[in-house]
Amino acid sequence: MTTVDGPVLPKLIGERVKRREDPRLIQGQATYVDDIKLPGMLHLAFKRSDIAHGVIRSIDTSAAAAMEGVELVITGAELAETLGPMPIGTPFPAPDHYSVATDKVRYVGEPVAVVVAEDRYLARDAADAIEVEYDELPAVVDPEAAMEAGSATLHEGFERNIAVESYWGGTGVNPETAQPEDDSAVDAAFAEADVVVSQRMLNQRLAPNAMEPRGVVAQYEPGREYLTVWSATQNPHILRTLVAAMMGLGEHQVRAVAPEVGGGFGCKINIYGEEYVAAALSRMVKAPVKWIEDRTEAFLTTTHGRDLLGYIDLAAKNDGTILGLKARIIADIGAYEVLLTAMIPTLTGLMMNGVYRLPVVRHELTEVFTNKTPTDAYRGAGRPEGLYFLERAVDMLARELDMDPAELRRKNFIPTDEFPFATQGGLIYDSGNYEPCLDKALDVAGWQEMLAERDAARAEGRIVGVGLSFYVEVCGLGPSAVVPTGGWEHSGVTVERGGKVTATTGASPHGQGNETTFAQMLADHFSIPLEDITILHGDTSVVKQGIGTFGSRSQAVGGAALISAAGKAGDKMKQFAAALLSEHEVAPEDLVFEDGRIQVAGAPEVSKTFAEVADFAYIPVPLPPGMEPGLSEESFFEPENNTYPFGCHISMVEVDRETGEPKLVKMVAVDDCGNVINPLIVDGQVHGGLAQGIGQAMFEEVVYDEDGQPVTASFMDYVMPRAADLPTFELDNTVTPTPVNPLGAKGVGEAGTIGSTPCVVNAAVDALAPFGVTHIEMPLRPERLWRLIQENGGQS
Amino acid sequence: MSESVPITVNVNGRERSAMVEARLLLVHYLRENLNLTGTHVGCDTSQCGACTVLVDGRSTKSCTVFAVQADGSEIQTIEGLADGDELHPLQDGFWEEHGLQCGYCTPGMIMSAANLLQDNPAPSEEEIREGISGNLCRCTGYQHIVNAIQHAAERMAQS
Repeated sequence: MTTVDGPVLPKLIGERVKRREDPRLIQGQATYVDDIKLPGMLHLAFKRSDIAHGVIRSIDTSAAAAMEGVELVITGAELAETLGPMPIGTPFPAPDHYSVATDKVRYVGEPVAVVVAEDRYLARDAADAIEVEYDELPAVVDPEAAMEAGSATLHEGFERNIAVESYWGGTGVNPETAQPEDDSAVDAAFAEADVVVSQRMLNQRLAPNAMEPRGVVAQYEPGREYLTVWSATQNPHILRTLVAAMMGLGEHQVRAVAPEVGGGFGCKINIYGEEYVAAALSRMVKAPVKWIEDRTEAFLTTTHGRDLLGYIDLAAKNDGTILGLKARIIADIGAYEVLLTAMIPTLTGLMMNGVYRLPVVRHELTEVFTNKTPTDAYRGAGRPEGLYFLERAVDMLARELDMDPAELRRKNFIPTDEFPFATQGGLIYDSGNYEPCLDKALDVAGWQEMLAERDAARAEGRIVGVGLSFYVEVCGLGPSAVVPTGGWEHSGVTVERGGKVTATTGASPHGQGNETTFAQMLADHFSIPLEDITILHGDTSVVKQGIGTFGSRSQAVGGAALISAAGKAGDKMKQFAAALLSEHEVAPEDLVFEDGRIQVAGAPEVSKTFAEVADFAYIPVPLPPGMEPGLSEESFFEPENNTYPFGCHISMVEVDRETGEPKLVKMVAVDDCGNVINPLIVDGQVHGGLAQGIGQAMFEEVVYDEDGQPVTASFMDYVMPRAADLPTFELDNTVTPTPVNPLGAKGVGEAGTIGSTPCVVNAAVDALAPFGVTHIEMPLRPERLWRLIQENGGQS
Repeated sequence: MSESVPITVNVNGRERSAMVEARLLLVHYLRENLNLTGTHVGCDTSQCGACTVLVDGRSTKSCTVFAVQADGSEIQTIEGLADGDELHPLQDGFWEEHGLQCGYCTPGMIMSAANLLQDNPAPSEEEIREGISGNLCRCTGYQHIVNAIQHAAERMAQS
């Protein structure tokens, strides 16, 4: 075979390629929202409620307004003349929710007035000078008490504080009405059970705590009637849609930009009041304005996650065959419904089929308002809660039956030959192969050795336990029928003059490394160097359309859109190349991209360079018949189904007998996210997810007192996992591609968060099992564990 | 508004003089007055370490220091860490080992690590984990950060 001169390019998909984002980030050269400075920019500060529940009697803004350098002070009632109630993205009934409270406050931190001033310090001074008087109302804090007659209520028209009542799912439930039609099979299954384990469990409220707080810069240009909003958001296109609607503008009049974004974890999906207020006030004061959240504001006003109470019953035969599951779930959603609030807990019951062939499932969900910060998505968003409830219950069953928790799970796995598998909740699991994943995890962890190590430690009087969990989750959100924002993603691919490639993606990253993984895919597709590719994102004036990054959808949906657009551009490029090679009578379909050339497959001497063809496309003399000049194509990709990654996590926990302090001494994660583009980035995603899942199990909890006052409103009181709290994670994987997108990639962003939480709690329960303990509520506080030890006289 | 006070500091090798409000935080002086926006604010209460810089060679959380307290000091920020176009071994380590995702905590993490390696050029994993416990990262689970610092320590030992 003939060869031509030039580099041979390695294939990059599947390689541990260093991130292209990093040089700017490690040198302090990236531009986050707070780094943006515009000429004449003014600063916002919010006066916020310091009580949980009350009627605003009066607001005195005179002292603030009189301060030199203060441009404007405006109350919620005044702003309501400009800004209506905020939109939500779910079909559930919701009370009006204004960006700034108009007459009543319903959680500590809810804004009541806004200051616009020349600098940030001054704006805060002025906000502090605003005097607000309230008629205080009783705070609603406990979600179960909130539903009782006689409880104070937050919203008119929502009796007993119920936002969503008796939303059913599972066996014999009509999915249209979410009400049971004939679910007698569930009761029958429980009636024939040899054993039923039942447990009330709390999946506690968490603060997402992206390290970059929220922030927004808004610039309304009066002469152009054009608004630009820079925001720390996961989804600039959704921001554009909603800000335009709130401002009475069309989307053609709004540009939304997500610059460098310092983490999201779900809490930067919602479009917040501050974003609408910044836009409205920029138009009002005819100047650009900036608002940057401080960490206490983040604890008080950025959406929280989780906060689900579950009453779980699991029925089985004595041989371990699971017969059915019942779950009654109460979601404490806080004071208002924001973008996806009411939808998130519906995912919990939906995913409680887990990896098991459950003959019957029944889940019932009630969502309740309380005087707390609203909840919305937090890494995993509904799935960690469901899998926690299920995997705790399965573990309790194993203990009850004295079975190995791995073997109990294996016995009930959905068999590989039953995929695609329809769950009792109506989902279709795309693909799965659970036993090899379990076997690999047991092998990597050394499960039998761990059991022996535990027993030996116990013999020495130490308190040691091992835990295992096996999860399945739903990723790659689409299709549009099940995602309120739309379930597609968009990408554009342009082969520029000179043969370099610019691509856009609507999957707006905030740490996921899409600039690297997407470039890897294009490098392989066109067989050109990585350096010749730029991936643009996060700016609606550059990225024509998009949905955003959440639900582990970047690769599975965004990556698929990219490959589709690249395919179109590549096909057209081959037509141009065929025209250039016309003396060889080459058909476009005979051509391939190879090492920077477009050549006849197997005949590199019949070729043109990538750059030659690109140049020809823009000055096509003669223009091939029937063709338009140029090489710029775009695609929308909508998957036909979600993807269902899965994995097995194994851990070991030791508890200090004297102090009750738990230590996570081993953490093994074997995940299956389908095909992998960049294993380095996948490892990073798993690590981060594990830390957050372990954080929930061991450390984190948003706490309110009986007056609705948050007592965890800084990093002094809210315990974030630190480096010394975590062991070195041991990772491995199996690969079960998905058929629902051309990449075979399933998504990995949330995996670590889902499996690790029940895994670690299972290990802690195992550690304290000799003391008669069968369940421990999260987080695994030393004091809580110490009490459990003491209740048994300190003796195992 | 409180009175202004004169300060002179050396930032990344360059002497800077300014009149600053007495209550101005060092981090805001760096970010707003000098446009050194690589130093970030993550919590305002000195728990997260995103604002870490070196003041006279010691890692310091610049969100809880007034600019006037730094008068007469030498300050090094993330922008001053590389030697011209050559990355500092820590920057290189973070890149090689995927020690960052969203990048927001990264400048502070790197500056803390710089102090750690000054004090202890060959730290164990446990010492690294203890050494960066004043810095929060929400993305990485810290493992690749530990690898990055080990990578840097090895490279610095060779040179």
